[in-house]
Amino acid sequence: MKKLLGFFSLLAMVLVIAACSNSSSGDGGDSAEGSDGGDSSSESGGKVEIFSWWTGAGEEDGLLALIDLFKEKHPDIEIENAAVAGGAGTNAKAVLATRMQGDDPPSTFQVHGGAELNEGWVAAGKMEPLNDFFEEQGWMDKFPQDLIDLVSKDGNIYSVPVNIHRGNVLFYNKHVFEEHGIEVPQTFDEFFAAADKLKEAGVTPLALGDKEPWTATQIFENILLGVLGPEDYRGLWNGDVSFDDERVVEAAELFKKTLSYVNEDHASRNWQDAAQLVGDGEAAMINMGDWAKGYFSNDLNLETNVDFGYTTNPETDGEFMVITDTFGLSKGIENPEDVKQFLSVLGSVEGQDAFNPLKGSIPARVDADPSKYDQYGKDTMADFKEAQLTPSLAHGSAAAAGFLTKVNQAVNIFVTQLDVDKLIESLKQASTEL
Amino acid sequence: MQEEIATQRNTNKPLQLNKKKKKVTKDQWIAISFLAPSFILVLIFVYGFIGWTGWVSLSNWNSLVPDMSFAGLKNYIFLFQDFRFQADLRNTIFFTLFFIGLVIVMGLGLSILIDQKTKGESFFRNIFLFPMALSFVVTGVVWQWLLNPSTGFNQFLKVFGIQPKWYTDTNILAGFEWGSIEFGLPVAILAVVIAAVWQMTGFSLAMYLAGLRGIPEELREAARIDGATEFQIYWKVILPMLMPITVSVVIIMAHISLKIFDLIYAMSGSGANFVTDVPGVYMFEATFRGQYYANGAAIAIIMLILVAVFIVPYLLTNRRSDS
Repeated sequence: MKKLLGFFSLLAMVLVIAACSNSSSGDGGDSAEGSDGGDSSSESGGKVEIFSWWTGAGEEDGLLALIDLFKEKHPDIEIENAAVAGGAGTNAKAVLATRMQGDDPPSTFQVHGGAELNEGWVAAGKMEPLNDFFEEQGWMDKFPQDLIDLVSKDGNIYSVPVNIHRGNVLFYNKHVFEEHGIEVPQTFDEFFAAADKLKEAGVTPLALGDKEPWTATQIFENILLGVLGPEDYRGLWNGDVSFDDERVVEAAELFKKTLSYVNEDHASRNWQDAAQLVGDGEAAMINMGDWAKGYFSNDLNLETNVDFGYTTNPETDGEFMVITDTFGLSKGIENPEDVKQFLSVLGSVEGQDAFNPLKGSIPARVDADPSKYDQYGKDTMADFKEAQLTPSLAHGSAAAAGFLTKVNQAVNIFVTQLDVDKLIESLKQASTEL
Repeated sequence: MQEEIATQRNTNKPLQLNKKKKKVTKDQWIAISFLAPSFILVLIFVYGFIGWTGWVSLSNWNSLVPDMSFAGLKNYIFLFQDFRFQADLRNTIFFTLFFIGLVIVMGLGLSILIDQKTKGESFFRNIFLFPMALSFVVTGVVWQWLLNPSTGFNQFLKVFGIQPKWYTDTNILAGFEWGSIEFGLPVAILAVVIAAVWQMTGFSLAMYLAGLRGIPEELREAARIDGATEFQIYWKVILPMLMPITVSVVIIMAHISLKIFDLIYAMSGSGANFVTDVPGVYMFEATFRGQYYANGAAIAIIMLILVAVFIVPYLLTNRRSDS
């Protein structure tokens, strides 16, 4: 009997110890593995874990093409694709935060350039600076300075941009525009005139699907950009321009007016459902990032410049609301040299041209090969070189996640209540945290 | 450290028992050694983490950088002034009332119908029990479709000229000002209630059916001999006897309703103007999207307290009846 008892108390102890020291034993395993590979990356052994939320149609193809290219160049380095499914990275970001706080960072991970990177992971001390690496690769003049600024904090560069999406695009149904004799609007006045005409004809002027509130926030940020101009729009995020500035109020009024032209069932639609309205001709226009282009041509089989056209949001011509996916180097990993090998492929012309045509985005480098891209890509690449880049709020580039959550909250309330004073007040209150 | 505590516990416990009862039998030794591991694990991973969550909720940790400095009740005060959280509390109240009420009425009604010894009883019982086998996420996705204003039921209702907006309705009925929100029934919450009731009615039906089967036929016979109508038999004899089952159903449904997350997350999300938002969804978004860890922890603690309000009195009365 005593034997039995002894066995059970031993079992109990083992269970408790195992439960408590799970993470430390995991670390032990990692370091053993890491020391095998050693620092000499050119030899072998290291494993690079790539953490992203690219599991959807085009984006996964892009990632796999990039991984294939890397395997070709470095067959000795093992790649682990640790993608977490979930739209716009909502699940992946939660997983990432948990891993980071448990001191188990992935080797490199997808993060939007701008505040999400700088105010988030860099401020939390989780990233290695990459200045020397950028110099070594000769990248300082291959990426636009505005973009390098977006992935830098206090003079240090922290990640490598792999793609660019544009947020201030207005897609429109060409057939609907032709049928009702609508000119492509460039100013707010033209936009509202066109919207009135469409409304009278029984077509929804602007499609919106704000089941997830970022789509409405995206419209608001583009109106802000249109009213303020790039300089003062950026000023909102560094405190130069206050949120109760009369031009912000004016933008809120325009936002309110814009919302009176959207489809009635917007709250039950996501952005794809809304884009479909435009594809079907039930609605005429939609403001969406250029992932909508991929949706139109791949999912709805519409032809660019035949079935749908594109322009910039009102009064944002020559401005580029930039959303960039970047990959950095986590602090505290075992084989930084292997990861740098991956980053150098990611940042090369070859890597970017393997990834972006499939993903439907444009390369972050200005010297990439335009012939690999379709007409929309070519136009956007040309704009990207000329335009003034501004960080997107809705996608976490302009301000930290906490502020964005609060803005999304305020916009969600605004869409129903349409109370300009209340919106301004909420923005002002939230901006104390910037 | 923890191992030490664990071994201490293992050796201390039997000693204390020794003092009380003088002699511990072999069976008791075995029972103790079987229970000890799970007891210790529960102690650490349930109560320990509740304590940790409570501690985080009193801290300043509202970014990616952990900051455990003491903030007092700041996070709680923020929440009770927050438009969204006030709306959440309102929604939770209405959701709970309608959800529990309908689950009881529907479950009781259906179980009485099935109890009439009609043909194909097992067929109907299975039909009503099936939804319980699904997860709330599946229910949410399916009902999100069925109640979508531009598809689903409304295609059929169009024939009659009515087109409810279901969970996208932003109206709030019979409201009065309460804090920063309008306090009244958010119409959209009813759509979510329909889905939740659809899922959980099978449970209360099974409970009530078991209860009905447990009532001896003699009681009904006796009532019939006394000249009671069938309605009176149910109203005066059977329903009072089902009271303990009703209490169990209320308790179980109340904790489901107060901590509901997956159904609403999959079906309607926060909804326009937060008409279908609940603390569970807010907690998830505050913590994992907004990185407001302390605020999220505070919401979690408030949810725990809400559930405790229902569960603790029940546990207390149970203990009283035990002893």
